[in-house]
Amino acid sequence: MQPRVLEIRKGILDKNDQLAAGLRTRFHQAGVYTVNLVSSPGAGKTEMLEQTLSMLRERGMHTAALVGDVATDNDARRLARSGVPVRQIVTGGNCHLEADMIERHLEDWNLNTLDFLFIENVGNLVCPASYDLGEDLRVVLLSVTEGEDKPLKYPAMFNSADLALFTKMDIADAAGFDRQAALDALQAVHPGLPCLELSARTQAGMAAWINFLLEARKAAISARDEES
Amino acid sequence: MHELSIAVELVQTVEEAARQANAASVSRVSIALGALSGVDADALQFAYDVATAGTLLEGSILDITAVPIQVTCSACGSITTLPAYVPLICGQCGEAAVRVTQGKELLISSVEVLDAAESA
Repeated sequence: MQPRVLEIRKGILDKNDQLAAGLRTRFHQAGVYTVNLVSSPGAGKTEMLEQTLSMLRERGMHTAALVGDVATDNDARRLARSGVPVRQIVTGGNCHLEADMIERHLEDWNLNTLDFLFIENVGNLVCPASYDLGEDLRVVLLSVTEGEDKPLKYPAMFNSADLALFTKMDIADAAGFDRQAALDALQAVHPGLPCLELSARTQAGMAAWINFLLEARKAAISARDEES
Repeated sequence: MHELSIAVELVQTVEEAARQANAASVSRVSIALGALSGVDADALQFAYDVATAGTLLEGSILDITAVPIQVTCSACGSITTLPAYVPLICGQCGEAAVRVTQGKELLISSVEVLDAAESA
């Protein structure tokens, strides 16, 4: 009456990982640089993304955005003001975006015409950490009102990110933001994680962020060309 | 909520493997859960009971092995296991020049199944 043992060494999220890998290949073949924006709710993703889309458009880049929310299409409406194609993903309860949602919402978009695709994730510092969306760059936003120890409280998320952005820097003084403490917290959970500071409201730091994106895309495209 | 969707994914994957192996039911599922995976073991255990109801896994045991964070240091070359998430520094030389080489796992390591004659 011995139970049989099936040796399965499989990742629980293999299905998502495989879909994400497929998306990554599609994005690379189409020459799109994909960015996944994560943060807690209210950190300023949408405001920053709206500015980013407009500024990239001014630099001659073709961009598009997918934005995820549990409810409403408010963010898509706001982002559409930038004049670029935007689609809302309404999760209806799911606390994070997954690769299959991205795939479905890309239908009938010609990726070959895009230079950048931005994915604004559901505001949540826990769950999105585990879900690969096929992105080239995962950016975690931390606003000056959230507390400098946020990175220590959400190690998986900050460890999985490629870049951190301190947002709402225009009210840093009013919020009593301890910049060094926040930088130290970042380094404690992710040594070497690059960090930029900006204010979408005043545009301070936005030019440096745009340049970072343009350089990152250029580097990624040449790396892909070398591989092929 | 999050651990429930992970549990559902786990159950679907195991059930499919069990069916392919012509098993009648599943008695135990062993998984490796990394400290940096972002998934909480207790919440997953709770969600597992909910997710297995009505499936081949109903009544089975979920065996969770916690995988600690292991880092490889580019300063001194050591591979060390860390007792906590933070700070992420080499356990040998204390430098922050480390890369996480273990600790992000969300892996099914093995599954025990029962064949028809043995099932309750």
